Amino acid sequence: MTQALSRSSDDASGQMFHDNVFMEELRRQMLKFAILQVRNETIAEDAVQEAMLSAYQNIERFNRQAALKTWVFAILKNKLIDILRKEKRYTSANLLEEGAGRNDEALLEELFSEKGHWQKEQRPQKWDEPDHGIESQQFWRTFDVCLDALPAKYSRLFMMREFLELDTNEICDNEEVSVSNLNTTLFRARLRLRECLEDNWFQGEKTT
Amino acid sequence: MMKCTEATQLLSEKMDRPLSNKEKINLGVHTAMCPACRQFGKQMLSLREICQRYVKQAD
Repeated sequence: MTQALSRSSDDASGQMFHDNVFMEELRRQMLKFAILQVRNETIAEDAVQEAMLSAYQNIERFNRQAALKTWVFAILKNKLIDILRKEKRYTSANLLEEGAGRNDEALLEELFSEKGHWQKEQRPQKWDEPDHGIESQQFWRTFDVCLDALPAKYSRLFMMREFLELDTNEICDNEEVSVSNLNTTLFRARLRLRECLEDNWFQGEKTT
Repeated sequence: MMKCTEATQLLSEKMDRPLSNKEKINLGVHTAMCPACRQFGKQMLSLREICQRYVKQAD
């Protein structure tokens, strides 16, 4: 640790590790991301701790083309994937994408006609104002169920965009996907989420 | 005339990047005539607001 400290202390990126405000904010964001991914606070805290230590010890490998935050998040992401694999909640990426793609085609056929317009019974309905009802625990349970129903790849990219508020370029660098691939994935994730929420919450409200 | 499949994809992308002038015009023409896509656009904004509240609630 002392060696790592002396190696990195001359380096601007290394110095960021001594900026308590920056590090606390980074740790908070990482923990939020990890909890959303592994759904267990203790495991998430361990993963964040390991990722930060690993980043600190390997600061000389840091590629300056990326932001430090992006690099540390990439380390955390790999640790989380290892954890999820160990828990056998992580299917192989190929299988996931193949399965997700197949379901997407079915969903698009269900929502849109051959001419590419909304099927009459599938047209988006008016949702009540966000203030109404969504503060309830029941809504968040429904939202959790809808998030869980997303394919793993979709949910990870969607969370990076909407919960961590990373921009498109950061996500593409992190995940090694093209911009068009990311756009398509986010579109499909949003399409599924809105469909799930409409079916399980907003429609239900209207009928009760 | 733009299809709803194209319009919904653009309405999603609008959440992540600024649209070009051409895209804005085409999307504007389509949503002016298509209440379903107009509603979809509003739902995209609601979804973002819900996500922000979700994070706040998790905090």
